[in-house]
Amino acid sequence: MISIKNVRKAFSEKKVLNGLDLDIPQGETLVIMGRSGCGKSVLLKIIAGLLPVDSGEVWINGTEISHLSKNGLNQIRRKIGMLFQSAALFDSMSVAENVAFMLDQHTQMSKQEMRKIVDEKLALVDLDGVQELRPAELSGGMRKRVGLARALAFNPDIILYDEPTTGLDPVTCTEINELIRGLHEKLEVTSIVVTHDMHSAFSVATLMVMLHEGKQAAYGTPEALINDEDPTLQQFILFGAPDQILNIDNPTLKEFTGRNVS
Amino acid sequence: MQNPLSEPDPSSKLPYIVKKRLHNALTGIGEASRLIAETIIQIFKPPWQFDLLLKQLLLIGYNSLSVVLVSGFFTGMVLGVQGYIQLKPYAVEGSVAQFVSVSVVTELGPMITAFVLSGRIGASITAELSTMKVTEQIDALEVMGTNPVKYLVVPRFLACSLMLPTLTIFSTFAGIFGGYVAVVTLFDFNGDFFILQVQDHMVIRYVIISLIKATTFGMAIASVGCYKGFSISSAGGAEGVGTATTGSAVTSLISILVLDFVLGATLK
Repeated sequence: MISIKNVRKAFSEKKVLNGLDLDIPQGETLVIMGRSGCGKSVLLKIIAGLLPVDSGEVWINGTEISHLSKNGLNQIRRKIGMLFQSAALFDSMSVAENVAFMLDQHTQMSKQEMRKIVDEKLALVDLDGVQELRPAELSGGMRKRVGLARALAFNPDIILYDEPTTGLDPVTCTEINELIRGLHEKLEVTSIVVTHDMHSAFSVATLMVMLHEGKQAAYGTPEALINDEDPTLQQFILFGAPDQILNIDNPTLKEFTGRNVS
Repeated sequence: MQNPLSEPDPSSKLPYIVKKRLHNALTGIGEASRLIAETIIQIFKPPWQFDLLLKQLLLIGYNSLSVVLVSGFFTGMVLGVQGYIQLKPYAVEGSVAQFVSVSVVTELGPMITAFVLSGRIGASITAELSTMKVTEQIDALEVMGTNPVKYLVVPRFLACSLMLPTLTIFSTFAGIFGGYVAVVTLFDFNGDFFILQVQDHMVIRYVIISLIKATTFGMAIASVGCYKGFSISSAGGAEGVGTATTGSAVTSLISILVLDFVLGATLK
């Protein structure tokens, strides 16, 4: 369970989060939506402990992290995996070394044990035979998959996705969406996805939140948000969501989202 | 005719610009000091990753050896030629070996080595770390529970601090040899007398001063390189990386000159 309580964050004069409250129950996939600059990525970085809050509390699995020491924060982070927008793979390392990084840093595992886990995690993201390649030799979609395999290496309870489909072609986007949904079903982890891509959002979300002016503008299941009458939300969904989503009676909806919304 | 209201008087902006630059400079010094302090703390905290240190030692030491030797050799040659020409009118050209060896050991050996490494290694450290920052690799390290200062700065700081004095020894020998070659071949100076003079005038204090200077320059190069790499904004992009790299090289050079003066004055 992740709880954000009255969190405020500003950069110079610009207030990005303005008393945000948000609960993310265990095992859900929450999609964070909102216009550019509304604080989606800032919220993700706050949950990952990369940015301090100005005020408020951030609770992760019963621990308040905003006042933790670096060591305390590192303990919490070991239960968090994050897929960055650019994948953020280490250029100087091979794919296998990237995936094994946390194991190498935080465990006494032998090379063979690490190799086994690396192969297992790469198989989980449908990659094989790329272990010795360098990140520069991979396509955008493959880099995201390797980034995801690296995020999964330490068996996290929480996975954070920062714009997972940005910059990818539609086919690869669909594959990444299926991967996120598949991992949620297989691993039963709590996932938080920041995205502008409404196709992606409605494909993976079990819960959605819309941020507006640093606060929660709407929160609920995808079905509830489609039926919400808030004009800001409707405008956002209208411009971004596929036509099938906008008509919940449309028979293609179930096929598109992969779940029954009625 | 130009409208006087369309162009603000540049002189009215001057106090603001000076204040802003001073503020930025002081903030920079404060942040760099904090980075150095954290680096020193992390050096003594386990676990120690000797593989990372070894990699940096090889990268900084082995890969810079040839350029340091060549720079040192030619610096020594220039000193030998100039020293001989300047001393000859006073009929004291026999002291050229003392002039070359003491200059190279106490000043030019550590300085030339530091200059070469600030351009080669300091700028490369900044380029590497700032690219990592822009591409979120440093954020990725933190999310994976690894302290970026310990993982990235400590090995570079230690490697620079250890390799600068080591390379300075090579550079110094190359410089003295360069001076020897220059005066012996160009001015028919007696080679045995040159070596004897070097032995007679070289005292351990000069060597210690040289090594203290070199170690301090190494720390400065690594600190400036790492600080400039870390201080770039994530949204800085390629332009930010370029600016940080240039800034690193310039700041390193100035730091070396200032430190050389301070150390020269205090280690008399």
